[in-house]
Amino acid sequence: MSELKKKTENGSVDGAEDATSNEQKAGGDSGVGMGVLFFIAAFAVCFLSGWLLFPSLLYSKKEQPFNFNHALHVEQTSGCESCHYFREDGSFAGVPKNSSCMECHESQLGDTKDEEIFMTEYVEKGIEVPWYIYSKQPDCVFFSHSAHVVGAKMDCVTCHGHIGESESLKPYQENRITGYSRDIWGESIWGIKKNPWDRMKMDDCAQCHQEETGSKGACFQCHK
Amino acid sequence: MKIDRRSFLGLGLGAAAGVAASPVTWKLTDDISIWTQNWPWTPVPVDGEVTFEDTICTLCPGSCGISVKKVDGRAIKIEGKKGYPINDGGVCLHGISGLQYLYDPSRVRFPMVKKGDNWQQLSWDEAIALFAGKIKELRDKGAADSLACVVGTDKGTVAGLYRRFLTAVGSQNFYTVDNMEKSWQILISKMHGIKASAAFDLANSDYILSFGSGFIDGWGSPVNNFLANSSRKERQAKLVQVDYRLSNTAVGADVWLPAKPGTESYLALGICSAMISSNLYNAEFAKSAGKNFEAFANFVKEKYAPELVSRTTGIDAAKIKEVAADFAKAKSPLAIAGRGKGESAGSVMEFAAVHALNCLTGNINRAGGFWTVEEQELLAWPSIEMDDAAIKSYAKPPVGAVALATSQESGSAGIFSAVVAAASGGAQASTQSILSSSVSKLFEVINSSEKSPVELLMVYNANPCFTLHNAKAVKDAINKIPFVVSFSPYMDDTAQLADLILPSHTSLEMVQDVCSGGCVAQNIIALSKPVAGPIFDTKNPGDAIISIAKALEGGISSSFPWETFDECIEGVNGDNFATLSEEGYIASELAPPANPLIVDFSLFSNFKGATPLDGDEKSYGLTLVPVETIRLASATLASSPFAIKTVEDTVLLQKDTLVEMNPETAKQVGVSQGDYAIITTPVGEAKVKVNLFDGIMPGVIAMPEGLGHSNGAKGEVITKDGSAMPSIGGATSIITVTGGVSKKVAPLENRYIGGKGVNVNELIGSVTDPVSGLDAAWGIRARISRA
Repeated sequence: MSELKKKTENGSVDGAEDATSNEQKAGGDSGVGMGVLFFIAAFAVCFLSGWLLFPSLLYSKKEQPFNFNHALHVEQTSGCESCHYFREDGSFAGVPKNSSCMECHESQLGDTKDEEIFMTEYVEKGIEVPWYIYSKQPDCVFFSHSAHVVGAKMDCVTCHGHIGESESLKPYQENRITGYSRDIWGESIWGIKKNPWDRMKMDDCAQCHQEETGSKGACFQCHK
Repeated sequence: MKIDRRSFLGLGLGAAAGVAASPVTWKLTDDISIWTQNWPWTPVPVDGEVTFEDTICTLCPGSCGISVKKVDGRAIKIEGKKGYPINDGGVCLHGISGLQYLYDPSRVRFPMVKKGDNWQQLSWDEAIALFAGKIKELRDKGAADSLACVVGTDKGTVAGLYRRFLTAVGSQNFYTVDNMEKSWQILISKMHGIKASAAFDLANSDYILSFGSGFIDGWGSPVNNFLANSSRKERQAKLVQVDYRLSNTAVGADVWLPAKPGTESYLALGICSAMISSNLYNAEFAKSAGKNFEAFANFVKEKYAPELVSRTTGIDAAKIKEVAADFAKAKSPLAIAGRGKGESAGSVMEFAAVHALNCLTGNINRAGGFWTVEEQELLAWPSIEMDDAAIKSYAKPPVGAVALATSQESGSAGIFSAVVAAASGGAQASTQSILSSSVSKLFEVINSSEKSPVELLMVYNANPCFTLHNAKAVKDAINKIPFVVSFSPYMDDTAQLADLILPSHTSLEMVQDVCSGGCVAQNIIALSKPVAGPIFDTKNPGDAIISIAKALEGGISSSFPWETFDECIEGVNGDNFATLSEEGYIASELAPPANPLIVDFSLFSNFKGATPLDGDEKSYGLTLVPVETIRLASATLASSPFAIKTVEDTVLLQKDTLVEMNPETAKQVGVSQGDYAIITTPVGEAKVKVNLFDGIMPGVIAMPEGLGHSNGAKGEVITKDGSAMPSIGGATSIITVTGGVSKKVAPLENRYIGGKGVNVNELIGSVTDPVSGLDAAWGIRARISRA
């Protein structure tokens, strides 16, 4: 090996370094050992952060304007459809407007702080309650409640879970990038679900459609 | 232990592997894809309950029924109302884009007064007090008659309030911007001796002979005509179009008669002559209803035989006879007049010549014919209490009075020889019988006087600085008037020159009653209801007038006994109002007049030929005519952004108006396709582009109407508290601070239409019609040269 070639390979023209480098080769390659150590350390940190820290960074927690007791309302009325009703034209009303609430809450009915907030801050001021909606889908998704609930006779619980039995509203976890609720991806960052209502992603729609109709359906059925 | 590059490599790889084995990458990819497909700054329409609210479109006299689709209470779409007698679900391009007028960037957001070059925001109370103070000043010095008012139409309660206000103050200077409907009314009063409006049952006619009327180009009640036209083939109804250019209507017609411009009345009389000579007219009707028919028959036979008419019109005598025979043979033939969209008044004698054809067939007041719709007093107004000051100044004639000679009837057969003397000027009017006053005359008189005889002008639902002929002179006149008050919702061409703007709601924001117009064969009164807003600090103009009257003393205030316009409209509509509010409209059958109709042909004793063109033939060798098309709004309202996008680039190319001319004409004047050219007429000149078109006859230049709106307000708007101007669609206000006062540059420009093209009305002067006193100009002489 010519001197020049040797120098080039070792990346140095310094004789002393040259000697060290030869020594390293001889002494069991501890550089590789360090590399592996760093690899493992970095892997562990990133892996664990990805699973444990990332979800809490991705979502911000927001409190609803005031608490709402679904269980109480279901008990007092005849079920989900008393408030989340279908309009005459078949379209779904979604979260009720103040006017619907006021059919019963013309004046304060109970003595809860939450109802008081509703009456004083919203009804009296004529402002609609800015609820955070856990199941809100992007604008590019077309979904017909009528086709599923009226047509296919599906139960609300299948997609929305047992929210009707809840006595308080959980904090809304807003995805900092998309602005949508954590409930769409699902509580599990793995994306694994135990119940059909644990996730509301496109694949979940497709899975059910595959099972029930034998086809995932076409793009334009939802993306109009 | 030594940290070397391998350690870093290990670190990097470890991190990458760690991240890859965690959900971070996959979740972020998913989130980013959602984010990019739903950019947070892209507006998403609000979801909610879909409702429909019915109202009446008031963008043109057609008055179609419309259904406004709303989502969560917000108006999002306009559709035609199914089953409505006029349009039965149909709607035109201006109608569907009606919502854009709501969000027009040139909307005046609050009352404003001109301060030097700028505009100062006022509260409504301040604005009304300012205006009322000006009226009081006039009355105190005994000059109440120097208050004038220009409105678009005198139909409906709002216009009624303006007229009432003028009367109560003590001024006769109330003017409407007249269209063909007024000329037809005058003709009916002269020929049939009754007070009635004209209506054409085009949907049931089997032969429509149109003298330059843009039957499918927006004439009369446009959507009603579209429906009549689309059923034409099934009904085997013929359309014959007399037109000097191949207009859309001419293209769709069965026969196109390209008569020379200005000779339409000769052609009509030529057809009359052919019908009479060949005994093809309804002799029974002429005998029973006709007065002076013999004289008329001899007159046309002698003066307007097809062979003679052929020379002036350029239409073969044989063709004239053929059309005459077909017209006479048809079951329900109908002749219509009113050039283009019928937006200008036109010549009464031209209408008379055309209407003579209807009279010869006797197809009047029956299905498929011409109808005389007697004017009903629909609105019951309480009496006006005029005080002494008002009575005194009301006695003075209007500034824009047109003195007309009484028609001299000539009983003798043969050629009529009466002379029409059209004197001018209010002062000389006393010796003549005043039949009319005209808005064009008003501005002419102002311009020719040393000091404007009008000291205070109110303008509502009209844009005289754009729509009147000789628009530049109208602007001069407006500038000469010491105080001009505009009630326009937009910073339009006239509002820009005003001193005070009391902005009205737009038509979708206000309640008003409307009558079916556009000579439609329907008798309908309807109620236009607010379906949106108001989105700014504007008022119903009726409310504004009531408030102004209330701020004045004595007779004026007590002549306006209502607290609000809602109370007023309900009161004056009487029993009809309940039905109007519930049903939206009241339609009644057309009924023939109680007494048999008289047809008095003696009007033709005054026939002096077609309305002459301004300018001498020697220096102006060509004829300039305006073209009114459905795609361009050419009346009070400017075209919407949507409508302007439908205009072909042979009409408007970027910011240039294109004029149409025959290649032969172009060769003579030395211009070719796409050239810039200067067009000069006796009243103005403009730079235009040339568009060669074989479908226009040589010697004629056609120029689109509805372009050339001036581009927004000059100066800045100074808001009351230095707050930003309420913006529309995110229009940014630029803030400048001068002497501690925050000023905002007003986004009051309508850049969609403002500054695009040339206003043809600045090139055409007005010509007073000797019969009606209205403006009868239909074109002007012009010359053109390469720029």
